[in-house]
Amino acid sequence: MDVGTLAFSALYQFGDAFAFLVLSACGLAVIFGMMGVINLAHGEFIMCGAYVTVSAAHAGLPLPLAIVLGALVAGMVGALVEIVVVRHLYDRPLDTIVATWGLSLIGTQGTLILLGSTMAGVGTPFGSFQVGAYSYSLYRLVLFVMAIVVLAGLYALFNWTRFGVMARATIQVPHMAAALGVDTRRVYSLTFALGAGLAGLAGGLYAPTMTLVPTMGTTFIMEAFVTVVVGGADVFLGTAPAAALLAVVKATMTSWYGQLFGQIGLLVAVIVVIRVLPRGISGFLLRERA
Amino acid sequence: MNALTRFLRRLEGPQTLGRGPLFWAGFLVTLAAACAYPLFSDGYTVGNTVYFFTWIFMALGLCLIWGYGGSLSFGQTAFFGIAGYSYGILTINFGAAYGFTFVALLFAVAVAALFAALLGYFLFFGRISGVFLGIVTLSVTLVLERFMAQTAGPEWRIGSARLNGFNGMSNMPPLTLPWPGGDIVLFPDVELYYVVLAMLVVVYLGLRILVNSPFGNVLVAIRENPERAEMLGYDIRKYQLGTFVIGAALAGLSGVLYTSWGQYITPSSMGMTAAALPIVWVAVGGRSDLTTTLIGTVTVLAVFQALTIHGSQYALVVMGVMLVLTVLLAPSGLILALAKLVARPFTKRANNNLPGDA
Repeated sequence: MDVGTLAFSALYQFGDAFAFLVLSACGLAVIFGMMGVINLAHGEFIMCGAYVTVSAAHAGLPLPLAIVLGALVAGMVGALVEIVVVRHLYDRPLDTIVATWGLSLIGTQGTLILLGSTMAGVGTPFGSFQVGAYSYSLYRLVLFVMAIVVLAGLYALFNWTRFGVMARATIQVPHMAAALGVDTRRVYSLTFALGAGLAGLAGGLYAPTMTLVPTMGTTFIMEAFVTVVVGGADVFLGTAPAAALLAVVKATMTSWYGQLFGQIGLLVAVIVVIRVLPRGISGFLLRERA
Repeated sequence: MNALTRFLRRLEGPQTLGRGPLFWAGFLVTLAAACAYPLFSDGYTVGNTVYFFTWIFMALGLCLIWGYGGSLSFGQTAFFGIAGYSYGILTINFGAAYGFTFVALLFAVAVAALFAALLGYFLFFGRISGVFLGIVTLSVTLVLERFMAQTAGPEWRIGSARLNGFNGMSNMPPLTLPWPGGDIVLFPDVELYYVVLAMLVVVYLGLRILVNSPFGNVLVAIRENPERAEMLGYDIRKYQLGTFVIGAALAGLSGVLYTSWGQYITPSSMGMTAAALPIVWVAVGGRSDLTTTLIGTVTVLAVFQALTIHGSQYALVVMGVMLVLTVLLAPSGLILALAKLVARPFTKRANNNLPGDA
């Protein structure tokens, strides 16, 4: 095997890991960055997106539209959850985590009761291509591109729109923003819905590549947690570099020892990183900048 | 003598609800009822009751870490699993003769405590707190579950103990008391009931003494305001680490008892759902006090068991709903909320002097 194909293989695996980390973490990171709470029902929003996507695809909707629909439905469920539960707990961030865990239990088990233990999936689209002796799934490249698109889209949303300005003001000093006329409650609701929608998008995008079971959320959340912990509170200065760093660890460990050791590598990495940088990469970068 | 009375006086104090003759009379009546219970029941039912009791240690440990220390540990089931597997590996390899099962129990709990010390060192000395602590401990638990789930192959064996992957490990000997004239094998029956009940009383009273000791007072000070506690000269990291290790050891004890009770342990006893259950027990009862945690855990487990008989699928949904409602409506736990509700007409006249008003 020559150097070119080897490099491509490494790059492909890095891109695959990077896309997985970014897509599974960005919804969690958006909510964490805004409100300082971790949404433990994140995995259930991912599952929701995946189920809606696959059901819509079975009903005849083209896959891209089905994915968008999955994200929208997850976002709407997120808005509902915010209004019914999370809104009342903003002064008690630790309790929010516990409450969302309760929601996660309800979500997983409720899906199991309503829809059964598994659901017929849709095949991975686009087929594969050949580089050297190995064949690669084209869809994984699409996922990588989507991860970049999501990051770019979030950047645009937070920097170039009115919502973004209000959201950033609310992150910085909530009561000051409220005093200046920003409806912070609405900003919180929208952000939570956005985070849930991004989780749904991740679920929709990965739905064709995996089996649909009610507990599929747990496949994502460990990676999402780790990325957010390493990244810290900022999506662009935290999640993206953290995902890049962790993707190297994950891709290396996975290709050497297998999937599980990829995860163990991630876990060791996160424990080492928080020992050195307790506020994550973004905390480190922002302190340097300030 | 003087030291002993001082020690025992810590059974009641500012950090625990319940004091005075009335409370202890109630405690003794409850204990007597618990002791007499097997006389009015059959061995099978008593064995099932022990199953409840095995979980309470983990709940009390979480109560100490979360309720008193204010640290979110979502990974109690990791220690539960580690100790359970350790017990299995040790007893399958070395058998149950000469009371070795109790040595294995101590070893297994020590392994869990050691793991907690290592993990806790990185977490607390890295000054991880609040949200991140919960997330990292939960991640550790999830990875541990997946690790154990993939140990199905024959190469995963320690001595003669196969780890058996997702199917779990079974056929380890139950706890065995060495006894002149034949060992007493503690199958889930009346004998095991009394052993576990004795452990429970010791642990409960021991924890009461611990939280009313200077250690416990500092712990509560850290929960209320970590910076202030630090400014007063306490190295909060050491206190948090110590609490974490004690809580983990108690979770480990639960793990060992569970494993020996059913002679069975699986990776899913550590997973996401399993990890959520201790949170439910402790939060619903009232995490800020040992007694409310104890009562709450027993009650929730009884409800869970009753629901499981009628429709096991719905039990977990009910647990989730219960957790959400508790957090929303009665953040200090249902028992304290009920007590306040009952006490309200009286407290108005007594000028709001209810002790332990959290």
